[in-house]
Amino acid sequence: MTPCAHRATFPERPDRMSTTPIQDPIGKTRTAASSSSAAITAVDLRKSFDDNVVLDGLELTVEEGSVFAMLGPNGSGKTTTVNILATLLNADAGEVRVAGHDVAREADAVRDAIGLTGQFSAVDDLLSGRENLRLMADLHHFAASDAEGRIAELLDRFELADAADRTVSTYSGGMRRRLDLAMTLIGDPEIIFLDEPTAGLDPRSRFTMWEIVRGLVSDGTTVFLTTQYLEEADQLADRVAILDGGRLVAQGAPAELKARVPGGHIGLTFADRGAYDAAAAVLDAPARDEDSLALQLPTDGNVATVRQVLRELDEAGVEVGSLSIHTPDLDDVFLALTGRPATSEPEPEEVSR
Amino acid sequence: MTAYAVRDSATMLRRNLLHLRRYPGLSLFPLLMPVVFLLLFVYVFGGTLGNGLEAGGGRDAYVDFVTPGMLLFAVAGAAQIVAISVAMDMTQGIVARFKTMRIWRPSVLAGHVLGNLVLTAVSLAVVIAAALAIGYGPSAGPLEWLAVVGLLLLVAVALTWLSVALGLVAKSVETASNMPMFLFLLPFLGSGFVPTDSMPGGLRWFADNQPFTPITDTLRSLLAGQHIGSAGIWAFAWCLVITAGSFLWAAHLYNRRPAR
Repeated sequence: MTPCAHRATFPERPDRMSTTPIQDPIGKTRTAASSSSAAITAVDLRKSFDDNVVLDGLELTVEEGSVFAMLGPNGSGKTTTVNILATLLNADAGEVRVAGHDVAREADAVRDAIGLTGQFSAVDDLLSGRENLRLMADLHHFAASDAEGRIAELLDRFELADAADRTVSTYSGGMRRRLDLAMTLIGDPEIIFLDEPTAGLDPRSRFTMWEIVRGLVSDGTTVFLTTQYLEEADQLADRVAILDGGRLVAQGAPAELKARVPGGHIGLTFADRGAYDAAAAVLDAPARDEDSLALQLPTDGNVATVRQVLRELDEAGVEVGSLSIHTPDLDDVFLALTGRPATSEPEPEEVSR
Repeated sequence: MTAYAVRDSATMLRRNLLHLRRYPGLSLFPLLMPVVFLLLFVYVFGGTLGNGLEAGGGRDAYVDFVTPGMLLFAVAGAAQIVAISVAMDMTQGIVARFKTMRIWRPSVLAGHVLGNLVLTAVSLAVVIAAALAIGYGPSAGPLEWLAVVGLLLLVAVALTWLSVALGLVAKSVETASNMPMFLFLLPFLGSGFVPTDSMPGGLRWFADNQPFTPITDTLRSLLAGQHIGSAGIWAFAWCLVITAGSFLWAAHLYNRRPAR
């Protein structure tokens, strides 16, 4: 890990976990709190294409009912991982269990439990939305009477009822993606794989997809998603894993990962010049803005650091106008852990077939 | 999941029939092409070619001679389409979806084969109707007609599975559309359009020994109400060998998991 710049100023560095609540007020605490069994485990997973090593001893565990996001730069092996977990591809080595079954030896049992929405839309362009869903219902061997109700419900839920009888080739990107997901959901899978579910979508469609994914999780479905959008992982995931060089270089709750890199700061503003000068004299703040009477102190955002700053100001009798805490975003994490900025291009060389 | 073999194949057949209906650019070709060739051969070449037949007889005799060959040409033409539709399918995410579902695995390919057999049947009906309209006069009885239908079905199954395998092995849709081209040529390099004894040595040897020749001869004999002789056994054997080999090849290609 990169040494943190603020260590000299604030040597106290308490246990990271104790700070989680203040960093993450939204309350994504399910993973940490629950000790339920694993929906997906991979041990020492390896895969090469010719001489190109794609997965090099990947290890991962995804808890039941959680959202697990895998982030990685182009060609890092995200789609390859999904394809192995979803029984599309054989690993060269390693032990992979999905829904309690070995993906190599009990593929049919795994297939019974999973649904995949791949990076390239898995809808039939020449069929209508309704026909696509009926195709899936038939392949799940539904009784005809059950199927119609389920199809109508999904068309409604995914806002496709009006377009249900048009061929999919006339659908917009967002509509295709929603249909794709509806087709995945019709069989009520325990575990859903979403390979870059919002790649290429406009912001509104992306937001709709996020809402849908959140809805899934509240139903208890386990979601394994890959994404290039750091914000997406931050918004949706209980745990984020960063894939680089064929292994996970870091994983944890989004807040935990963010806490591991420098880039956060405490922002202080003061009501008048006197308070500002007094504070500047007490605190070793590298960023000063005399015009707006503001100071910035680097921090990882933990409570003890904030408390110490306030205590020092208190002892000096300085009145603080306002205090804000900026924690680093996953962009900072990505850069710090992989040495590269995150990119937002798709991965054209990894094609789901 | 063999318990659902019939149901899953029927589901996939329905999908492929919808494709044929909604993609006429692909499905009209095998319906029109054989009729165009029939008219071309009968009216442009038929007068001369008919006089070259052993018994002579000009255009009228040539209609009777060429129609069995044209039926096989129609079967081969329809089979070629399935390579393209399979190759197109394999580039779509939906096949990846099918592979992650607990269905009877060969049903995806079975749907293509069954859908293509329907297309072939329509195409054959069109060719036969056109041939009858321009003076074709078969003398086959009901039993012979049944044998003709059975043999055409066997040939269609064999060539369709072969074409499915070619569609799977192709790296692109373009390659897939070119690969089964030889199926188009083979009826010409046999007894379909002219008697093989009119060909030069090496070519004649090939024409006499390639699968289309005994199949053509058997069809021609059946339709003319004549004895089929040993050609019938050869025709049957060729169909079985091609079907079995192609099915195994196609299944192997489809099931290999490192599909990238």
